[in-house]
Amino acid sequence: MISAPDVVAFTKEEEYEEEPYNEPALPEEYSVPLFPFANQGANPWSKLSGAKFSRDFILISEFSEQVGPQPLLTIPNDTKVFGTFDLNYFSLRIMSVDYQASFVGHPPGSAYPKLNFVEDSKVVLGDSKEGAFAYVHHLTLYDLEARGFVRPFCMAYISADQHKIMQQFQELSAEFSRASECLKTGNRKAFAGELEKKLKDLDYTRTVLHTETEIQKKANDKGFYSSQAIEKANELASVEKSIIEHQDLLKQIRSYPHRKLKGCDLCPGEMEHIQDQASQASTTSNPDESADTDLYACRPAYTPKLIKAKSTKCFDKKLKTLEELCDTEYFSQTLTQLSHIEHMFRGDLCYLLTSQIDRALLKQQHITNFLFEDFVEVDDRMVEKQESIPSKPSQDRPPSRSLEECPIPKVLISVGSYKSSVESVLIKMEQELGDEYKEVEVTELSSFDPQENLDYLDMDMKGSISSGESIEVLGTEKSTSVLSKSDSQASLTVPLSPQVVRSKAVSHRTISEDSIEVLSTCPSETVIPDDFKASYPSAINEEESYPDGNEGAIHFQASISPPELGETEEGSRENTPSQIDSCCIGKENDGQLVLPSSPAHTQSDEDGVVSSPPQRHRQKDQGFRVDFSMENASPSSRDDSCEGFSAYELDPSHLLASRDISKTSLDNYSDTTSYVSSVASTSSDRIPSAYPAGLSSDRHKKRAGQNALKFIRQYPFAHPAIYSLLSGRTLVVLGEDEAIVRKLVTALAIFVPSYGCYAKPVKHWASSPLHIMDFQKWKLIGLQRVASPAGAGTLHALSRYSHYTSILDLDNKTLRCPLYRGTLVPRLADHRTQIKRGSTYYLHVQSMLTQLCSKAFLYTFCHHLHLPTHDKETEELLASRQASFLKLTLGLVNEDVRVVQYLAELLKLHYMQESAGTSHPMLRFDYVPSFLYKI
Amino acid sequence: MLRWLIGGGREPQGLAEKSPLQTIGEEQTQNPYTELLVLKAHHDIVRFLVQLDDYRFASAGDDGVVVVWNAQTGEKLLELNGHTQKITAIITFPSLESCEEKNQLILTASADRTVIVWDSDTGRQVQRISCFQSTVKCLTVLQRLDVWLSGGNDLCVWNRKLDLLCKTSYLSDTDLSFVTGSHIGELIIWDALDWTMQAYERNFWDPSPQLDTQQEIKLCQKSNDISIHHFTCDEENVFAAVGRGLYVYNLQMKRVIACQKTAHDSNVLHIAKLPNRQLISCSEDGSVRIWELREKQQLAAEPVPTGFFNMWGFGRVNKQTSQPVKKQQENATSCSLELIGDLIGHSSSVEMFLYFEDHGLVTCSADHLIILWKNGERESGLRSLRLFQKLEENGDLYLAV
Repeated sequence: MISAPDVVAFTKEEEYEEEPYNEPALPEEYSVPLFPFANQGANPWSKLSGAKFSRDFILISEFSEQVGPQPLLTIPNDTKVFGTFDLNYFSLRIMSVDYQASFVGHPPGSAYPKLNFVEDSKVVLGDSKEGAFAYVHHLTLYDLEARGFVRPFCMAYISADQHKIMQQFQELSAEFSRASECLKTGNRKAFAGELEKKLKDLDYTRTVLHTETEIQKKANDKGFYSSQAIEKANELASVEKSIIEHQDLLKQIRSYPHRKLKGCDLCPGEMEHIQDQASQASTTSNPDESADTDLYACRPAYTPKLIKAKSTKCFDKKLKTLEELCDTEYFSQTLTQLSHIEHMFRGDLCYLLTSQIDRALLKQQHITNFLFEDFVEVDDRMVEKQESIPSKPSQDRPPSRSLEECPIPKVLISVGSYKSSVESVLIKMEQELGDEYKEVEVTELSSFDPQENLDYLDMDMKGSISSGESIEVLGTEKSTSVLSKSDSQASLTVPLSPQVVRSKAVSHRTISEDSIEVLSTCPSETVIPDDFKASYPSAINEEESYPDGNEGAIHFQASISPPELGETEEGSRENTPSQIDSCCIGKENDGQLVLPSSPAHTQSDEDGVVSSPPQRHRQKDQGFRVDFSMENASPSSRDDSCEGFSAYELDPSHLLASRDISKTSLDNYSDTTSYVSSVASTSSDRIPSAYPAGLSSDRHKKRAGQNALKFIRQYPFAHPAIYSLLSGRTLVVLGEDEAIVRKLVTALAIFVPSYGCYAKPVKHWASSPLHIMDFQKWKLIGLQRVASPAGAGTLHALSRYSHYTSILDLDNKTLRCPLYRGTLVPRLADHRTQIKRGSTYYLHVQSMLTQLCSKAFLYTFCHHLHLPTHDKETEELLASRQASFLKLTLGLVNEDVRVVQYLAELLKLHYMQESAGTSHPMLRFDYVPSFLYKI
Repeated sequence: MLRWLIGGGREPQGLAEKSPLQTIGEEQTQNPYTELLVLKAHHDIVRFLVQLDDYRFASAGDDGVVVVWNAQTGEKLLELNGHTQKITAIITFPSLESCEEKNQLILTASADRTVIVWDSDTGRQVQRISCFQSTVKCLTVLQRLDVWLSGGNDLCVWNRKLDLLCKTSYLSDTDLSFVTGSHIGELIIWDALDWTMQAYERNFWDPSPQLDTQQEIKLCQKSNDISIHHFTCDEENVFAAVGRGLYVYNLQMKRVIACQKTAHDSNVLHIAKLPNRQLISCSEDGSVRIWELREKQQLAAEPVPTGFFNMWGFGRVNKQTSQPVKKQQENATSCSLELIGDLIGHSSSVEMFLYFEDHGLVTCSADHLIILWKNGERESGLRSLRLFQKLEENGDLYLAV
């Protein structure tokens, strides 16, 4: 671990600049950005909002056709978590923003009901009254008995921290997509099964009807049919039709993967994503479909029954539960995934950000990070690697890519206000950062500094708390298609500087009641039209030439320079209806605001999801990249902008909103500052919850750190003991009480270097006499002291193998081990340390050890230290060069050299092992005298 | 190498004086073995180790399995399964230059009364001989003659094609334990038979000083009934492991120049001479010790008791009294065996070890393990070398300007 949440960069930017900067700058990919919200109030911890829930949770809701929106379950399933938070109310809110929902039915011009394979929509919304912000992931599941065969569901990640949602949008989106994909796969399977059953029923019914008709025919051969017979014939006909319909449905659902693929050859990234998920699904749960064909294999056990040909929509029947809708297996798998998400995003945003930076940096140290990092984290990293690949459109990334994973704040903010003409609901916006904004923008174009970027983030902090019932849709995903569409129609040229493009992301607060703001839309694809890049340079000028003074309401025309006027208006036209609609519907729903799909949106959904040509997106994407790389100094920031910011660029409404930024005045800035102060005042309450419940590994670290700290304070000979561990000499902790021994072993394990990506070589408790194999395998052993004669054997073995071990006797409080006179361990384990908390100490140790690893890395990979520079060089010369490097360059004293040498050997072995396959760990030891330490 | 087994007469050390065991502290600056690798493949006592080539060796033991190892990496290369009972002898049969079969063979004898010939490269079982009346307890290869001998209750001579050349039932007394083959001198003992004479004559072309001593020692040994567990020799000295002690007998001076009466806690099972005047011994007490033969200018008062000489009968054996070397005894330099290191790893008796010039020391033990002892510094250097080789292969190596 490289950085600690406890010591998150706390500085303001100005303070930084004053400091003389002497050291050579770190490579870009190693620099740790300041905490993005630092100048929010110089408090890295997020504000305590008025949220009624104690911590983040995941809510699954359904829009039931019988009772409307209803919460189904929460993760964690603990009433304490959401407390008094009104789940019903919030379900209503989150379900009401699903404006992509295109219901299946009989589309005009089609004889049969058609299944629409809709993509999930991802929306970020906030409810300032509740103090809740949510990432909402809408998905549709198929149910034969449901209206239009679809059941809309949504999964929401609810947090009191808006930044968290916005910052982690990509990650949340990726994780929830995975969960959703799991649900949908299971649902398709279940739906196909359902259809098959239905078909069998129908078939059976048809046979029965047929025979009945035959019988009737035979019964009266008078040449005319009785009304009864006609009825039967009609029924038969409708059964026939129903059969055809259902067969068609079955075909559709079965062809899903195929269609999906066909649709996706246009966008390879997406396709891989799907494939990845498919393969993942098949790997994670074995009994799953190995091939999609046998997924829908019919179940022979089913006996068909006679049914009515016309299925009646009855509202009194019980709808299927979510678990029934999906396969139970898939359902539980989804729940696992969701609780994984809950774990993943648990904790303060600051903590998440830091650990993300941490992970990203660690990933770069793939040669050394196995030594002291937890293998759990390594696993995590693996997972992350897996998931990050498919979600990115292009896989061949420059090495600097990791920075983009460092959450350099994506600018999500734009301050915009617009007037909904129909309802005349004035949505006021906060305008701020007018000049400041422009200024930074200009500088940014010349040299893109990630830290400057941070500035923009503060803007979205400034929610006004005044509004009563307001809901803000902070982001949706679907607007990509809107733009691509309008783009294709009428070359929407929007002259924007990259910064503006980014900043239009989130428009903010509404003061009025009952108002909606769509704050941003976040397409999953990074799509930037060609038109954008052409217009960057001009954008700056335009920005500057904007007339100031339009406060509050926006005048679209005014803010747009004449040449682009027409196009933008088109954008506004597209946008306006949705505003209208939403407001209208909002009224209808007793003041609760619903943002249904506007005609434009719906259309684009259909097009966008299935038939819009994603190749173009791709091309544009690349074009954009190239363009950006020319403009920006750092390639990593380019990536960043591609993936992070472009997400918000495509909704015309935001294009409009962003116009306004330029003319925001400082008037509203006072708002912000007052708000900031309130943040500061509440911050103290927030701090303790920085580690809310903590991951289990966190708790483990904390405890280990605490116990290690205790050990260091308690035993004056802690240093030689730790030296033993660091230099690879097995430390045997001898004691009678298993609990005490285990505790100490767990604590000391943080100092034990690992061999590879496996568990640390630590044996917590052994009761049989030790053997040479044990010393080869374990570097820290807890050993039971037995009083009986059998124990004599144990002790005898210990003294016999004294070459290889240091022995810490807990009962007698003695330590037998070699002398240590270095300077490294005292810094690592200072018994007078001011550090009080276990987790902090753990982090301290980790950072010290990381430093040590880098020394070992240097030593290992310096060519001239290990190989003679010319043929005649003697080994002595080489050895002396090594020694002087260790002493002078790395500054190691006495026994510290041995530590680095040992780590270097491990590094070598690990590096060789990566390809060579199995290699045994060897036991290295020194013939050095041991001393007996006593308290 | 010459070796024999003593089956009978393995009595407690009646004559070994009680002298304190020399010990060495934890600081062993001259001990190069600072790295070890435990190899585990056997399920019973590992008794034999043979070197196959520069980097391979084979181990065999009571579990009837022969395992071929890479001495450098400790990798298990082959496992030869074929014997149903414990292996009693193993030897390599190097291929001759002239021979069209280039493969080196491994011969193993087992208590199941078979001898199996293996191909050491493929692990294939080349041939299996099961016409023995008794267990073959010893195998010897006479490379010059391209024959090998098997010794049990009877002694057989085989050629490479595994034809039985001759056979003797001379050794009907199974308790007598000279069931051994050796290269040169050994055969002279059995001179009653034609084939040994033949061998003797052939070997006689190259008489070496060892020849004499070996005979002598053997003769003496018989008469004195002292358990010599193992001995080895180089150009000037014969090193013998007797009971718990080590003795160095100088061939030129015809006397013991150094001894360490209690070199180990228990019987010494195997000794070997290293090129750098070092001697390694392993013992039933589970330790391996490294000794250095240091010369010291000394007067006649030697630590070696004369009585012991007599018992050994070195005085008596000298039939060639006219040897000129005797004169050197005047200004005799005496030596001492200094303990420079001990290798403790096995938890049970160390049966045998094998010294590799390049890869260190391999020890096998009754605790079913084989330990590869290596020079840590040297290994570290080698690993660096491999590391940079790999870096270069991967194209990751950049030269700094």
